[in-house]
Formats: sequence, C-alpha cells, structure tokens
Amino acid sequence: MTTSGTTPSPEGTELTEPSVTPQRAPGPRRHRAVPAATGPGPGLLELLRSSPVHQLGACLAVSVVLAVMTGPDGDSDHPFHGIAKSVLAPRIFIFLAIGLAFWALVQVSSRLGAVKQVAGERLAPVGRVLETRPGRLGGNATLLAVAILAPQLVSSAAQQSLVNDIGIYALLALGLNVVVGYAGLLDLGYIAFFAIGAYVTGYFTTKTGMPWHSPVVFNPFFVLPIALLVAALAGVILGGPTLRLRGDYLAIVTLGFGEIVQLLANNAQGITNGPRGVFGVPNPSVNVGPVHYQWSLDPKPYYYLLLGFIVLVIFAFGRIERSRIGRAWAAIREDEIAAEASGVPTLRLKLLAFAIGASVSGFAGVLYASEQFFSPQSFSFQASILVLVVVIFGGMGSRIGVVVGAVVLQGLAFYLRDKVPPADRYIYFGAVVIAMMIFRPQGLVPSRRRRREIQLAEAGIHGADPLGAAPDHAA
Amino acid sequence: MTTTLDGPSPADPAGSAPDDITLHVSDLTLRFGGVTSLDGVSLRQRRGEILAVIGPNGAGKTSLFNCLTGAYRPQEGTVRYTGVGRKPVELLGRKPHVVTGLGIARTFQNIRLFPALTALENVQVGVEVRHKTGPFGAILGLPRARREERESVARSVELLDFVGLRHRVDDIASSLPYGEQRRLEIARALGTNPSLLLLDEPAAGTNPAEKLDLTALIRRIAGTGISVLLIEHDMRLVMSVASSVVVLNFGRVIASGTPAEVQRDPAVIEAYLGSDGAAIPKPTEGES
Repeated sequence: MTTSGTTPSPEGTELTEPSVTPQRAPGPRRHRAVPAATGPGPGLLELLRSSPVHQLGACLAVSVVLAVMTGPDGDSDHPFHGIAKSVLAPRIFIFLAIGLAFWALVQVSSRLGAVKQVAGERLAPVGRVLETRPGRLGGNATLLAVAILAPQLVSSAAQQSLVNDIGIYALLALGLNVVVGYAGLLDLGYIAFFAIGAYVTGYFTTKTGMPWHSPVVFNPFFVLPIALLVAALAGVILGGPTLRLRGDYLAIVTLGFGEIVQLLANNAQGITNGPRGVFGVPNPSVNVGPVHYQWSLDPKPYYYLLLGFIVLVIFAFGRIERSRIGRAWAAIREDEIAAEASGVPTLRLKLLAFAIGASVSGFAGVLYASEQFFSPQSFSFQASILVLVVVIFGGMGSRIGVVVGAVVLQGLAFYLRDKVPPADRYIYFGAVVIAMMIFRPQGLVPSRRRRREIQLAEAGIHGADPLGAAPDHAA
Repeated sequence: MTTTLDGPSPADPAGSAPDDITLHVSDLTLRFGGVTSLDGVSLRQRRGEILAVIGPNGAGKTSLFNCLTGAYRPQEGTVRYTGVGRKPVELLGRKPHVVTGLGIARTFQNIRLFPALTALENVQVGVEVRHKTGPFGAILGLPRARREERESVARSVELLDFVGLRHRVDDIASSLPYGEQRRLEIARALGTNPSLLLLDEPAAGTNPAEKLDLTALIRRIAGTGISVLLIEHDMRLVMSVASSVVVLNFGRVIASGTPAEVQRDPAVIEAYLGSDGAAIPKPTEGES
C-alpha cells in the first residue's frame, strides 16, 4: 500500500517527505553501478549524496537563477552584461540569503515533523469545532463579516482591485471549481466563456461599443440570464464532442477553444471592434418600484454586488455538491470506469459540469463588462491559467478555498504591483505557487474529499490522481 | 467452517419456469486484431439462477463480462436480456451506464470503488442512478430532491446492512479491509436495483472466512430473486453456490451443465484442471 518507503500517517511528515524522497531514491542506485574510484573519497561523496546537501544546492541554484531573471537586462553589444551585473553585484547576497533561508526552512520543517504532530494534536480540537455545523456556520459568518468590512478599510486603489481582480476571479474560480474540482476535468480555455459573457453584454447593452449590436438595448441586469444561457450553450457545444476525450486531450482541446475565442474577439473587427476593445457598456441599474439605484464609477457598490453573487453561488454549489450530482461527479473523478459501470451517465454529467462552470463564467463576464472597458487582452491564455492556479492554490473542490485563493493570489499581485517591475511579477507568483504545491499540495483550504484523495494518491492507491485526471483503465 | 459448504446446492426459486431465460448469449465472437478472445460463445441463464463461468486464466471470462456490460464491442453475436416483466432487449452496442439502467450490475476483478468517498456515498452513487433530481432541484431544495436524498440514504444503509457493513457507514472506502471492499462493491452494484448481477471473481484475494461469508452473501442475493452470473476461480465456492456452470477455454465453451456434470466432463478435466482429475475438490470434501 505504501510507495517509496514513506508511510503517509503523521500529518507533518507526509507533507514534506514525499516531495524529497522519490527524487532522491533512484539517485544513489544509479551511481552505485559506476565505480567511484576516480572521484574523491567516499566520505565526501556520501556527503554530496545526502539529501540536505542536494537541497542546499538546489535552493542556491534557484536563487542565482532568480537573481539573474530579476536583474538588469543585457544587450547585443554586452551579452553577459545582465548576468554580470546581477550575479557579481551585492544584490546576489540577498538572493543567496533567501535561498539559504528557504533551505533552512525546509530542513526545520522536515526535522520538526514530530513537533508538528504534537502541535497538530493540540490544535485538533479547533479543527473538530470547525467541522461541526455551528462551527462551520460561525467560521463562514466571520469570513462574510470580514468580506463586508474589507472595502471600508483599504485604499480606493485596493477597492478597485477588490472588484476587478479579486471579486471577478473569485467568481470565475468558483465556476472553474465545478469543472476541475468537482468533475475532475482539466479546462485550459475557461476564460473563453468569460469573454462570451462580456461580448454578449456588449451586444445587448450598447449601440456604440461594438459594430455589431442588438437593435434594442437592455440594462446589464437583464443580460445576466442571456449571457448565462449563451455561455452554458457554448460549454455544451464545446463539451459535446470533446468530453469523450480523457485527461490531456481534453486540456489541449479546451486550450485551443480559448485561443480561438480570443483570436475571434481580436480579429473580427467588424463584429467585436477588435483589439480596441468595447467601450460604453452602461452601468447596471435597478428600477423596481420605489427602488432606484445606479451603479457608477465607485467600486464599493460593485464590490457588494459581486459579494452578493459570490455568496449566492457558494450556497447554490454547496447544495449541488451534497446532492446526487455532486456525488456522481466525485465518482467520475475518482474512477470513471466504475462510475459508468455503476450506471452514472458520465458524458451527460461532465457536460453538466461544463455548462454550469461556463454559465458562471459568462455571468462574471457580464459583471466585468458592465463595470469597465474590456478588450481581447482581458481574455488571454494567461487569464485562463490564472483562474486554474487560483483554484488549485485555494483548494480544488473547496468553495471557500477557491475564494480565499483568489484573495491571496490577487492580493499578492496587488501588493507586488508597485514593488517590482510588472514583467517580474509572475516570477514571485510562480515561486509562491511552487512552494504551496510542495508544502501543501491540497491547497489553502482543501475540501475534505480532495484532502483524502491526495493522501490516497501519495500512498499510491489507484484512482486518486491529485489533478483529477482519469485513472488508467485496465479493464 | 465446513458445515455451510455441506449444504445442498441452492434450488431455483419457486415459480421460475424452465424457459424463463433472463440472459441469452449466442455466438459471441470478440477479436482484438488477430487474437480471438471469444469464439462463438453461447450461454443461457434462467431467471433467479446462479450461473458460474469458469475457465483457466485468459479463457475469456472477463472479456465476456465486458461484452455484456458494454465495455467491449464484439464483432459477432447477440446478447438478449429480458428484465423482470420486460420485453427482451439487445445489449450489444449499448453504453455501460445504459446496460446498468436496464438492470444489469457488475463488480470488477480488481476492486474499483470510489476510494475517497465513504462506504455510504459509494452505495449512494449506485442507488441514485434511478433518481431524477437535477441541478435546479438540488439548489432550490425542492420536495422531490429532499425526498430522494432521504430515500438514497435509507436504501444505502439498508444495503450496507445486507452485505454486513452496517458498522462501516461513514468509513472511507479505501480504509476498509480487502474483503469488506469486495462486499462494498457488491452493495454498490445492488444499489442500482439490478435483476442480474455479474460478479467478477468476488473471492479473489479473500481469506477462507471471508469466502464463507461471500458464499452466504451470494446465496442471499439469489434468494431475493436476483440472477447471479459469477466468474470464479475458487472451485469450492463455484461448486457449492452455482446451479449451473459454463466452462470456457481459449474463448470457447467446452462444457456446460450442473456442477456435478461439469466435474465429470472429461474435456473439462483435460483442458481446465489438467489430466489429474483428482484436483477437483468436491463440495462435500471438507478441509481447512
């Protein structure tokens, strides 16, 4: 039941050990075949082979690479200028120090497995309280209170970011979570449905934004259901032929779909106004009886509108997750062959996941379009990947998790905005995500099912791939 | 331990006419490129009967199951299945979940549970195949959604009780011991409300005590009127539980009949058990 000599029982060790042991294991065996006569003494070799030394080397190498990547650029006359200025400069010490600190952290965390376990036991009562119904309700109420208070406490630039980056991406991540987290399908073109939602809004709400527009214009609120249906339909059209594919093939096809939609938006100038983007989508407004309200440039009302929708979606998806549909998705994710044999119409349920995910994305597209100007650049492949990263980082299959993931990652992006050159931002981003995947592969706030699946996958039990790809089907 | 094995072979449930055929396989041929996995296999199963398919490794037993359940598409032949009170239907060319919907459930040779779901949830997946709740019903908590949810839990607990896993309701499937995982898989299959249950080597890898439990379980399943088609290597189990036996070798049926007839058949002794006929344990022979 256990692989690579690690027993996956204690909380602390299982998180760090598997990432180290598997790579280390084949190393010495390979070298043992080669006689070490020409090399230095066996003592030194032994030391070089030991895993802490390996890790130190890796950490320092990565920090040097980071130093070069974030350092000054070279040019054709001085090709090594960049490297020289970034490595042979005092700033290299900062990077080496960071590398060293990271190595020390890895060492301490793997040594302190036992201590962690004790701490874990001491913290267990807290975990148990949070698992009970009143505990969960209290936790969620606290999160909601923080979310309601958040815009009051931050600058207006941060408020804008709360809406455009965090709020929209939280909504997108909730939708993608259905596809990736629940049904276990890898969708790399998810942002296409977001684009469809935004362009549907452009079509129906303004006569000036796009060359191609509806004869009658509506309030963006009335476009919500239309965009939802159009995006869901697009999801079904894409999913119908492609969901018969498994794993990697599906990822490639969805990637292609995302690219096609973005290219269409960019190049079909006579329809979408091309790369210049769409201006002039009116702000949403409510005119029901005595209530008249117009959303405007102030980001706060948008924030609360988004928050309302996010809470609604979290609630609705919780219901679906606990229903027969959620269980059938989990079954498909864990063993598609067994699910099919147990009578689960797998294709139909995967299509449903695609359609639901797409409709949330289209929904987010309407809110995004009605809040500001948009152009095809907003719907790049990078954006699709960012949503996927938010889902994995936050915790696949966990609704609170993906929202927290959006807050943390987009919060980080906002924090780095003025601190580092824009081109370097993704380096830090990547470093955070890599560290996360090493130390906490289940995500920030993992769902209980997902946590179990990852533990099982690490223990080598079939059918549970951390990315949710379909297991091998040896019949 | 031997007392249960001494019992008489289970008789057909009362009221099943001799020509009440639930499964009629005729001339089934399955080829993978140049390899012929099944070569004109024909068999009939009466309703409520426990029919065992035996044969050496590679004889085509699991291929036969995969053809019946829609996982493979054989090149020739027909499989006619008659559900309770239904007209005969052709099974070939139907998708696995459709076959399950028609009332045929199966288990796998190498257990395929949903490892991170609880025992209850595993069975619920099977039970809920017959339910109708859609996404809107689930979100809005419509009366039917709530009723089906209650029914699903109640029925699943009942089935777990039936297979003897009542105490495991909230345990994670992969945490169960091997024998219990086998029974959980059977419970999940029963959840789909089948009239024909296909068991692919249910006793593989189980210990003698678990085998006895399993024998009793298979009899109880047949006792509820469900026909059981059984692939099994364990001859003692086959001889004690099956009312008819079909022997496959190299994709062909080489013998069929009652366990006693098959045991005497020289072709079976020759092809399946080797020329040393003494290797066949008789159901009454007890040893532990």
